[in-house]
Amino acid sequence: MLTYIFKRVLYAIPIALSVTVVSFILVYLAPGDPLNAIAPADAPAEVIQALKSAYGLDRPVPVQYGMWLLRAVQGDLGTSIASGRAVAGEVLSAVGNTLLLAGFAAFAGVLAGCILGALAGYHRGSWIDRAATAVSVIGVSIPHYWLGLVLTIVFSIWLGWFPAMGAGPDGSGAWMWDAAHLRYLVLPALTLSVIPMGIITRTVRALVAEMLEQEFVVALRARGLSGRAVFRHIAKNTAPTVLAVAGLQIGYLMGGSILVETVFAWPGTGYLLNTAIFQRDIPLLQGTLLVLCMFFVVLNLVVDILQPLIDPRMGRG
Amino acid sequence: MKPISKHLAKWLAVLPLAFSLNGSLHAETVARYGISMADIPLTTGQPDRGAGAYQFTGHTLYDPLIAWEANISDRPGKLVPGLATGWKVDPKDNKKWLFTLRKGVKFHDGSEFNADAVIWNLDKVLADKSPQFDAKQSAQVRPRIPSIASYRKVNDYAVEITTKEVDALFPYQLPWFLISSPAQWEKMGKDWSQVAMHPSGTGPFKLDKLVPRERADLVKNSDYWDKKRLAKTDRIVLVPIPDAMTRVNALLNGQVDLIETPPPDVVPQLKSAGFKLVQNVTPHVWPYHFSTLPGSPWTDIRVRKAANLAIDRDAVVKLMNGLATPAVGQMDVTSPWFGKPAFKIHYDLAAARALMAQAGYNKEHPLVAKVIIAQGGTGQMLSLPMNEFIQQSLAEINIQVSFEVVELENLYLHWRSGAAADINAGKGITAINLGYVTADPFYGITRFVDSRYVAPNGVNWGGYNNPKVDALVDKIRTTFNTRTQDGLLSKVHEIMVDDALMLWVVHDVNPHALSPKVKEFVQAQHWFQDLTTLRM
Repeated sequence: MLTYIFKRVLYAIPIALSVTVVSFILVYLAPGDPLNAIAPADAPAEVIQALKSAYGLDRPVPVQYGMWLLRAVQGDLGTSIASGRAVAGEVLSAVGNTLLLAGFAAFAGVLAGCILGALAGYHRGSWIDRAATAVSVIGVSIPHYWLGLVLTIVFSIWLGWFPAMGAGPDGSGAWMWDAAHLRYLVLPALTLSVIPMGIITRTVRALVAEMLEQEFVVALRARGLSGRAVFRHIAKNTAPTVLAVAGLQIGYLMGGSILVETVFAWPGTGYLLNTAIFQRDIPLLQGTLLVLCMFFVVLNLVVDILQPLIDPRMGRG
Repeated sequence: MKPISKHLAKWLAVLPLAFSLNGSLHAETVARYGISMADIPLTTGQPDRGAGAYQFTGHTLYDPLIAWEANISDRPGKLVPGLATGWKVDPKDNKKWLFTLRKGVKFHDGSEFNADAVIWNLDKVLADKSPQFDAKQSAQVRPRIPSIASYRKVNDYAVEITTKEVDALFPYQLPWFLISSPAQWEKMGKDWSQVAMHPSGTGPFKLDKLVPRERADLVKNSDYWDKKRLAKTDRIVLVPIPDAMTRVNALLNGQVDLIETPPPDVVPQLKSAGFKLVQNVTPHVWPYHFSTLPGSPWTDIRVRKAANLAIDRDAVVKLMNGLATPAVGQMDVTSPWFGKPAFKIHYDLAAARALMAQAGYNKEHPLVAKVIIAQGGTGQMLSLPMNEFIQQSLAEINIQVSFEVVELENLYLHWRSGAAADINAGKGITAINLGYVTADPFYGITRFVDSRYVAPNGVNWGGYNNPKVDALVDKIRTTFNTRTQDGLLSKVHEIMVDDALMLWVVHDVNPHALSPKVKEFVQAQHWFQDLTTLRM
C-alpha cells in the first residue's frame, strides 16, 4: 500500500510541473497587452516601455517563467499588476470564499445526487425513476448563469428571502457562522449544486441498477439479509466509482465558477479569474490558474489514495 | 411665578444635554453605491480604471490643485480653485506657472498641506529616482500631465511649474493630479500598499474601511476645508458589482441605493418599480474614427460625409432606451467648443446616396471597408447591436462594412498603434470604433487632430494632417484668455465636423438608477462626479 501511495505521489510531480508550464504560457497566447491593467488606454510608448521594464515583462518568456517558478515554490506568486497587492494573498482569500461556497454546493449536490440516484436505481422504470432522471437531466443541461438569475429574481427580488449578491453584510472578510451570513450562501450554493447533483444522480442510478442484478446481491437476499443490510453492501460496492465522480465534481466546484460567482458577485476564485482575464493581469491570472490546477492534481491524488482504502483490490493493481 | 421659573430653570439646564444627546443619537446616513468596476480603484492618490474612477477614490479622498466644478448639472463645469487659490502664467516666460496654495488645509492624518507636499507629490509621479516614486500612480497620471518639464518651491505656499512648451491648456491637466499626504506615507513605513489601506488626503471623505474587490466605506470629513462641499451623507459604501444585471438585482432587492450604468433593457422595469433614472450630457462620444491615410476608402470627404448622413441617430437612441443622445459632432451641441460647423449632420439617405454616387460607388460597385470594434466594455455602450445597426445603415448607401471583433483591451492596442501600423493596415482595417472621453480641450479635440499626435506619438489614429488645424492648435496653446481660447477651439471643432473626420453616432449620458431613498444626487456634465452632493 505504501509503495502504491509513493508511486502516486511520484506521478503527481511531473503533472504539477506541466501545470506550471501551461499556467504560465497559456496567458501569453491571449491577445492584448498586460499593461492595459495599469496604464491608461492612451499611455504613450515611453510610459508603456518603462512599465514593462518595471514589471520585468521585457525579459524573454523562459526567463520570466524560471523566475516565477522559483518564487512560486517558495509561496510567492508575485504582485498583481492591477491592484499592486500580493497574488498569494489575493488567491488565498478567494480560495477561502470559493471553498466555503463549493463546500455547501458539494454537500448539497452529492447528498441529493446519491439519494435521488439510489431511489431511481432501486425503482428502475417506475415514476420515481422517471422523475429522478428528469431532475438530473435538467440539472446537467440548465445553464448556470440563467438559473442563478432566475433564482435571484424569484427568491431575492420577488420574495425578498435572500440577498441578491455579495458574501455577507460587511463583505467576506467579516464572515460569521450565523443566519445573517449564511443567507448569502443559499442562492449561489443552490445554483452551483445542480450540475454535480445531476451527474451523481445518473451515476448512482446506473450503478445501483447494475448492482441489483449482480449474483452476489441475489445470494445476499437468499441468505435472508435484510433490505438495509443488502443496501449497505450495494453502497460499499458503488462507493469507489461514486467517489471518483464526486471527486471530479468537487474539483470543478473548488475551481470556482466564473459565471455563478460573477452573477452573485461572490468574491471567489471564479470572480478573481474573471477580473484577471478582462484586465490582462498576468501575475494574478497565472497565480490563480496555478492554484486551481493544483487543486485538481491534489484532489485526484487524494481520490487515488482513498480508493484502495475502500476497495483493496485497486491498490494491488 | 416662582415655581414656573424653577421649572423653566430646570428645563434650561437640561437643554444642552438634550441637544448633545440628539447629536450623538443622530442616525448615520448611509448610501450604498453599486459601481460597475470589478475592484475598488486605487486609493493611494491616483485612481486607476479611467476617468470614471475619480469620483470614487479620487476627488472623494483627495483634492487637486485646480479642481473641476462637478456640483452643478445644468451647465458644463469649469476649472475652479482647489488646493491652489490662484494660478497665473509668468508674463515674461509663458512656460512658467505660479500657483498660490491654500493655507490652513490639513490632511486626514493631521499633517499640514503646503508647498513641500506639492513638490513631494510631483516627485511621487514624475521623479523615478525619488524614494516615494510609485510606478503605478505614475502610470495613471503621467499621460494626463504631459506638459510638466520641471517644478520648484517658491515659498511655503507657492510653487512654480514650468511646462515643456508654452501651453495655455495646461490648467486643464491639473484636476487629474491629486495630492496625498507625505506624512502618512512615512507613517505607513514608506509602503504604498499600506497607504492603500490607510490613505490620507485632504478630500471631503476619509476612507474608513477597505475590503478589496468587495467594498470601500467613505465617511464624511467634517473638517473639510471647503464648507460649501461638506458631504450630505455620513457614509458612502462603494460596492463593486461588474455584472450589469447583478447590479440591477442588488438595487431592486435593496442591497444598494444607487447604481451606475443600468443596462438599457431594464429601464422600463426600473421606472415602473419607482426607481429614478438620472442622466446628463456627458463628455463622451461613440464614433467610427476613420483612417485618412493613402489607400483608405475614407480619404474621400464625400464618403465620410455620406456615412454621417446615413445614420438615423434617433433610432440608435431608441435602441438604447433613451440612454444616449445623438452626436452631430465630436462635442455635444451644448459645449462651448461646438462652434457653428457648416456641415449639418442629420439623417438624409437621399443626400448620402447622392454623395456616394458622386464618389463613384453604387450597388454594383460598393465601397468595402473593415472596421475594428470591441465586443463590449467600458465606454462602448451596446457595442454589438449598435455596430450592427451602423452596418445595416451604411449598407443602405452602398458601404459594405465588415467587422474585426476583439476584446476592448486588445482594441486599445490597435488604437495606440495607429491606422498605419501593421496590425491595422496589414489586416485592411481602415476605421476603429472606440468610445472617446471628451472632457477637456486636449482629450476632446486637439489630440485627435494635431499632426504631431499621429500614432504612435499620440492618438491621432487615422493620421489626420491639416496645416490649418495645426496652426490653430498652436494658437490655442499660446492663448491665455479663456474666451478667446474657447473661440479657437470652436474653430477647430468646426473644421473637424466640416471634414467629417469621424462618423459620430451618439454621446453617452452616464445613467444612474436611484432608489426612492436617495433624495438628491447632482449629476455633473462630466465623468468627474461630486459625491458630496449625494443626500439620503
